[in-house]
Amino acid sequence: MDRRTFLAVSAATAAGTLPGISMVKAASPVDIQWWHAMGGKLGEVVNEISTRFNASQDAERITPVYKGGYEDTLTATIAAFRAGEHPNISQVFDAGAATIIAARGAVVAAEDLLADAGVAFDPNDYIEGVRYFYADSNGKMIGMPFNSSTPIMYYNEEALKKAGVTPPKTWEEFEEVTAPALKKAGYVPMCQSHLPWIFTENFHSRHNLQFATNNNGFDGVKGTKILVNNPHMRMHFSRFKNWINNGLFGYYGTGWGDNQSAFEKGEAAMWLGSSGSFGGLLKSTNFPFSATFLPYWKKVTEKPYRTFIGGAALFALSRKPAEENKATADFFKFLSSPEIQYYWHKETGYVPITNAAYELAKKDGHYERFPAAEIGIKQLNDRPGKWTRGYRLGYYVQIRDVMNREYGRIISGETDVDTAFATIEKEANALLDKFARTVGG
Amino acid sequence: MQSSRFDSPLTPYFLLLPQMAIIAVFFLWPAAEAIWSSFFLEDPFFGTRTFVGFENYVEALSSADYRRAAWFTAIFTLIVALGSLALGMWLAVAADNVLRGRSAYKTILMWVYAIAPPVAGLIGVMLFDQHIGPLVDFVGLFGHEMKVGVNWWDTAIAMMIVATWKQIPYNFIFVLSGLQSIPNSVREAAAIDCRSSVRRFWTVIFPLLAPTTFFLLVINITYALFETFGIIDLMVKGEPGNNPKTLVYKVFLDGFRGNDLGGSSAQSVILMILVLVLTIAQFRLLERRIHYK
Repeated sequence: MDRRTFLAVSAATAAGTLPGISMVKAASPVDIQWWHAMGGKLGEVVNEISTRFNASQDAERITPVYKGGYEDTLTATIAAFRAGEHPNISQVFDAGAATIIAARGAVVAAEDLLADAGVAFDPNDYIEGVRYFYADSNGKMIGMPFNSSTPIMYYNEEALKKAGVTPPKTWEEFEEVTAPALKKAGYVPMCQSHLPWIFTENFHSRHNLQFATNNNGFDGVKGTKILVNNPHMRMHFSRFKNWINNGLFGYYGTGWGDNQSAFEKGEAAMWLGSSGSFGGLLKSTNFPFSATFLPYWKKVTEKPYRTFIGGAALFALSRKPAEENKATADFFKFLSSPEIQYYWHKETGYVPITNAAYELAKKDGHYERFPAAEIGIKQLNDRPGKWTRGYRLGYYVQIRDVMNREYGRIISGETDVDTAFATIEKEANALLDKFARTVGG
Repeated sequence: MQSSRFDSPLTPYFLLLPQMAIIAVFFLWPAAEAIWSSFFLEDPFFGTRTFVGFENYVEALSSADYRRAAWFTAIFTLIVALGSLALGMWLAVAADNVLRGRSAYKTILMWVYAIAPPVAGLIGVMLFDQHIGPLVDFVGLFGHEMKVGVNWWDTAIAMMIVATWKQIPYNFIFVLSGLQSIPNSVREAAAIDCRSSVRRFWTVIFPLLAPTTFFLLVINITYALFETFGIIDLMVKGEPGNNPKTLVYKVFLDGFRGNDLGGSSAQSVILMILVLVLTIAQFRLLERRIHYK
């Protein structure tokens, strides 16, 4: 009997004379908190998963707390950590991963947490594209992948039929065949919702281009430089700008929803969004739509590569008692179970993170009912390259803001492609350097 | 007038204590903390600090993005402060002249004041939405395709309109009460001397409103600088992109969104100095020319 248990037991016995209190205390489960950024329908599914976990046993109890957007959740977590009032689990998004992983000692690696709690763990259970993104350079999983998505291309089937085209496989095809035909048919041929994510990070992955030095940032923060200012990126954005000028591409600003709603209203025929948007689109559209893979430039790569995983992972925060960590580990195990993963996948459109869950979805006939739901996971399982594992860059939220700002300026004509990329490179590298000095790399 | 004395010389200090404590806890302490942090790079999770001297200041002031934000803040503040004052005053004078249904007009005009800034921001987002915004359609009638969130100026103008609109009722209330404190005898005497109501306003009423106007100007500037945060945050939908942003919003972006505590502290210190200078200048330059009695 360790000291804590001894104290608890003696306290319970001592309090036994006071009826009511003692029994509740002794039987009360280990409580853990989960801060997340899943609003609306996604939040309902998160609550349902928590309820199911709590119902599955009575020793442990999880309480999910919605903390606002991804950035808000990370900021709240940091503030709470400094005050010593942090939750057991925090959901941190792809761009914030470097911040939390670089804070050595703030996080218990998911792999260690599970091992300490005696929960079996095999990284090979996870689909390949998911395995590395939240891992350290040795491949040890730090964050528990949770809501994983990747950018794919949605298309309005009626619009494409009307224009007499099929969804483009390459950007060459889009530029020469698809877009002009759709424009002629009266549509905005395409729009997208996140330039840094889709046209920057995943552009590099799709074409197997190095994104940053130090092994895309995985090998350390010191001296890491971003490599976005390359001829392929400049070419892509020059073409992109050209498409916008000629009415072949629509741009509705940085807001995700502004671009998505152009597609939902049937104004734009194709939309590059998240595989996780699938569930929402089923409700918000009144035309038949489907999805396919993200296009690539044939002149850059003969065949495309897989894309990065996006979305967020769950991080177990340190400085918590062992029994709470055990509860967190049990919850992670529960969350990765094929049934829960399949439920999450089916309800939201986020990809299942384990092979077993993917098999279950296949067996259940989910993809026969919704072929578009399989696109994300198929693309994540596309052929791997040297630079498709992911990236790990500090102050990346600000770097994305710099990209969005400069891309917006390219589109509005305030700057040109070469100047914009030089600015992005300069400001991003300054931020990376500052990050390295801040976290003491 | 009879001057009163306290029994003990310490009593006044004792009575001031609660107020001073509040100022110390909510202003002096955070301000000192901000000044202190602005000289460091601070790890967000553990608070470990590396001293960097004035680097954070140099970085902020030499950044093109910061200068753009400063420039926008200046224009934004000027237009919102003067615009809401002018419109509020115009409406107050008009409402003051209404004979029938005066209170209905007043209530309607004050109504907007009860709207919280985030709600005002949301209304702004709706009115200027690229797909469904009625004001976008209205501007479209004049042949301009307004693209808030894409075009810098369209976004800036939309922000100014929403921020001004929100502040009009405040100005309206104060000017109206200012107008009511002007004695009727003065107005009647002026009416005998001059037939033009516009001229009477500028030569008699406006100078008498000067203390109110000055007060409102100070309040409006503070409002435009700081309290428009909610409106801006909602209108850019949390994604700054290449949208115009105010200096306060930038402090938030770098500090709370980007976790760059040192850099964001340096920016807030710059802002603090700016406001200090501005307030001193206002009182020095303007107050001398205003007569309260």
